[in-house]
Amino acid sequence: MILSRRALLASVSAAAAAAALPRPIFAADEQPRRGGVLTVHQATEQRILNPALRASTGVYIVTSKIIESLVDLGPDGKPEPVLATSWSATPDGKTITFKLREGVTWHDGKPFTAADVQYNALELWKKHLNYGTQLQLYLDAVDTPDPHTAIFRYSRPIPLPLLLRALADLGYVVPRHVFEGTDVLENPANTAPIGTGPFKFVEYQRGQYIVAERNPNYWRKGYPYLDRIVWRFITDKSAAAAALETGQVQLSAYNQLSLSDIDRLKSDPRFEVSSRGNEANAFNNTVEFNHRRKELADVRVRRAIAHAINVDFFNENFLYGHGKRATGPIPSNSTAFYQGGSFPYPFDPKRADALLDEAGYKRGPDGNRFSLRLVPVQNGEDVPQFATFIQQSLADVGIKVEIVQLDIAGALSTIYKDWNFDLATGWHQYRGDPAVSTTVWFRSGSPKGSPWTNQFGWQSDKVDRLIDDAASEVDPVKRKGLYDDWVKEVNAELPLWFATEREFISVTSKKLKNHHNTPRWPSSSWYDLWL
Amino acid sequence: MPLLGFALRRLLTSIPSLLIILVGVFVLLQFAPGDTVDALLAQMGGGDIAVIENLRRFYGLDASATVRMGRYLLRLVQLDLGFSAIYGKPVAEVIVERLPVTLLLMASSLLLALLGGIVLGTMAARRVNKWPDALISTVGLLFYATPSFWLGLMGMVVFAVKLGWLPSGGYEELGAGHVGFWRLVDIARHMVLPTLTLALIFLSIYLRIMRASMLEVSTMDFVQTARAKGVDETRIVTRHVLRNALLPMVTLVGLHASTMLGGSCVVESVFTLPGLGRLAYEAVVQRDLNTLLGIVFISALLVIIVNFLVDLLYARLDPRIREKGR
Repeated sequence: MILSRRALLASVSAAAAAAALPRPIFAADEQPRRGGVLTVHQATEQRILNPALRASTGVYIVTSKIIESLVDLGPDGKPEPVLATSWSATPDGKTITFKLREGVTWHDGKPFTAADVQYNALELWKKHLNYGTQLQLYLDAVDTPDPHTAIFRYSRPIPLPLLLRALADLGYVVPRHVFEGTDVLENPANTAPIGTGPFKFVEYQRGQYIVAERNPNYWRKGYPYLDRIVWRFITDKSAAAAALETGQVQLSAYNQLSLSDIDRLKSDPRFEVSSRGNEANAFNNTVEFNHRRKELADVRVRRAIAHAINVDFFNENFLYGHGKRATGPIPSNSTAFYQGGSFPYPFDPKRADALLDEAGYKRGPDGNRFSLRLVPVQNGEDVPQFATFIQQSLADVGIKVEIVQLDIAGALSTIYKDWNFDLATGWHQYRGDPAVSTTVWFRSGSPKGSPWTNQFGWQSDKVDRLIDDAASEVDPVKRKGLYDDWVKEVNAELPLWFATEREFISVTSKKLKNHHNTPRWPSSSWYDLWL
Repeated sequence: MPLLGFALRRLLTSIPSLLIILVGVFVLLQFAPGDTVDALLAQMGGGDIAVIENLRRFYGLDASATVRMGRYLLRLVQLDLGFSAIYGKPVAEVIVERLPVTLLLMASSLLLALLGGIVLGTMAARRVNKWPDALISTVGLLFYATPSFWLGLMGMVVFAVKLGWLPSGGYEELGAGHVGFWRLVDIARHMVLPTLTLALIFLSIYLRIMRASMLEVSTMDFVQTARAKGVDETRIVTRHVLRNALLPMVTLVGLHASTMLGGSCVVESVFTLPGLGRLAYEAVVQRDLNTLLGIVFISALLVIIVNFLVDLLYARLDPRIREKGR
C-alpha cells in the first residue's frame, strides 16, 4: 500500500516537473507538494454555478476550477490553450476555426467533443450568457467537421484578439448531454456543476460552503496538486478578516474584505496583499450624468463637475492608495488599447466655477447654482463614500447634491429602468477589451432597463460609428486607432466620467504557492496551485 | 382534551393576523424599487434586454402584482410556500434546512438568558443594596447598553483571533468528518460565542426584572406570614417568592420570542451561521419574495407557538390563571 503510493507520487512529480516548465514561478528549492485543502472566502452566494449562463467573478471564483473555458490568459496576458489547442481566422474575419483538445472527458466519464462547443455557443452563450449574447450576436453557425474541430461562422467580421480575450471569460463549456433538451435555467447541473476541470464538484451546503475535490482523470497529467477546495460563505466583512487571521480561510479575492482590513493585513507577515494576478480586470468609480437634465446636457457643466472633484485626494484618503485617477475609459493596464496621456480636466475648482458661470448658472443668494439628485449603486463600500465626496466637492462650486440611498436592486432599477436620477455613481468593470462591457456605456440604442449601459439620454453619431467600426475591425493596428479616436471623443464630450482606475485586491496566505501567476488568477483553474 | 381545544382556538384566532402580516409584507415589498431580477443583474454584472426579459418570465414577474399576490395566497392555502428565486428549490425545503440552526441558537440563548437572569436577579435581590447587588446590576447595565453585533465582533477578536480558543464563525468544522458525540462537541464550540452574544442583552433585562419582582413579592403579606410561621429563608425564596416573581419573566419571554428572531439575524450574519435570520436578510436584498414570505410565515407561527407555551406555563405557575383561563 505504502509502496504503491510512493511509486505513484514519484511518477506524479516527474510528470509535474515536465508539465510545469512554462510556469517557472516557484523557487528552485521548493518542490510542489501534493495534497492539502484550500479554504477560500466568498462573501455572497450565487443563484447558479454555471459560467456558461452567468458571467460574473462570483461564479468564476468557484466554477472555473470545475468547468473549463476554451482559452485562458497566460502569465503574459496572451490567450493560452485550454480546451481549444489552436485557432485561426480567415482574412475576412468571419470564420474562426478552433482545434479542440483530444482525450478530455467530462467528470461523468463521457468524452468532450466539438458537439459540446457547438451547443454551448449557440444555445447558451448566444441566448443566455450576459455579455455573451452581445459577443455572439452575429454568430450564425458552428460547424463540426470532426469531433475535435469547431468552426464558428459569423455574419459580420469579428477580430480574433477580441474573441479570444472575451472567451477567457465567456467561453466556458458545460456538457451538452446534460443540458440538451432540458430547461437550461432550471437544470440541476446549474447547482451541481459538471465540467472537465482539475476539480470535481462534491457538495454545496447553502449558506455554508461548497466543496470540490481533485479530479484524478484530469487531462493535465499529474495535476492538480490540491486534494480539495472549500469555498466558505462569510457575509460579514469583519468576520471574514477574522477567519483569515485564525487560519480558517487562506484566500479572499476580488475586494471582498473591507478596505481598512485590507490595509491592516498588509503589515501582517502571514499574508500577501496585492493586486498581482488581477491585471486582466480593472474597474472604475463612475460619475454618470442624466443628459435629460438641461444643466447636465451642457458639456461645460459636466467638465466643471470633473474639475471640481479631487480624485487624488479621494484615492489617498478613502481607497488607501489602491487606485489612481483614470485618463479615459480604457484603463492603463490594458496595454493593447491604452493610449497614455492625461485626463483633460484636472482638479481645479476655480476653473469649475468659471465654467459654471460661463454656462449661465450663477450662484444664487445662498451660494447655490442648482441642485442634483445622486443615486449611488452600492457595489462596494467605497461607492457611498465617493457619493459623499462628490456631494461635498460639488457644494464647494455651488451645486447642491442630494444623495438618494437605495440598495443595489433599487438603485439599478431607479437609474437604468426609470431614469429617475441626475447623477449616479458606481463601478464600471473593464473586461480586457473595450468591446466586451465598456463601449455599451457609450453606444446609443441600448433598450431601456439594461443596467450599466447608455441610459443617459446622450447620443453621438460619431461615437456610435467608432464603436461599431472598432468592434468589427480585423486589423489590430487600425482597431487600436479607432479606439484612440473614440477615447479622444468621449474625453472631450464627457457623456459620463470614469473618475478612478483600480485593480482588484487579493489577500492570500503565504502558505499558498504558485498563486496569482496569471492575470485573471482568482477566476482561473488553479491546477498548479499547492500548499 | 381541553388543552387541544385551547390550542386550536388559539391557532384559529391567529389566522387573520397571519394573513394581514403576509399581505402587508407583500405590499411593502412592492414599494421597494427593483425586483429579484435587478438584484440578480447586480450580482451578474449586467446583461442585455433579451436576457433580462427571459429572466423576468422565468421568475414569473411578467404578471401584475395583484395576480402574483393571488397566486401566492392560492398556493398558501394548499400549504405550498412556492419556489425560492435565490436557491432554485422549494421555499419549504430551504426553510427546513435553516430552521434547526435558528432554533438551536434561540433555545440556547433563551435558556442561558433565563437561567442567568433568574440566578443573578435572585442573588442581587437577596443582597439588595450591598456590593453583590451593585456589581450584578452594573454589569447587567453594561451588557444592556452594548450593541450585540459589537459584542459579537469583540468576542471574536478576543477568543478566536487573539486567544484561539474558539472558532471565529460557522456552524461546524468543514471536512473535519466529526460524527456522533464529537460532532455535537464541535457544534457546541461553534455556538458558544453566538449564544453569548445573543443572550447577554436578554440576560441583563431578565436579571433586572427578576430583581425588581423578587423585591416586590418579598414584601407581600403571604411572605410575611410564612416568615412569621418560622419557615426558613431559602425555602421562602424557592417555594413562595420565586414562583410568584417568575410570572412577569414568563410574560417577557413570550414577548421576546420575536425580538430574538430579529436579533438572530445580526448574530447569524456576524458568525456566519446558516440560519433563518441570515436567510431573511439575503431574501430582502435579493428581493426573493417567496422566501421572505415563507420566513415571515414560519416566524409568525413560531412566535404563536412560543406564546401558546407561555400561556400553558402561566397556568402551571399560577393555579388562579388555570381556573379562569379555561
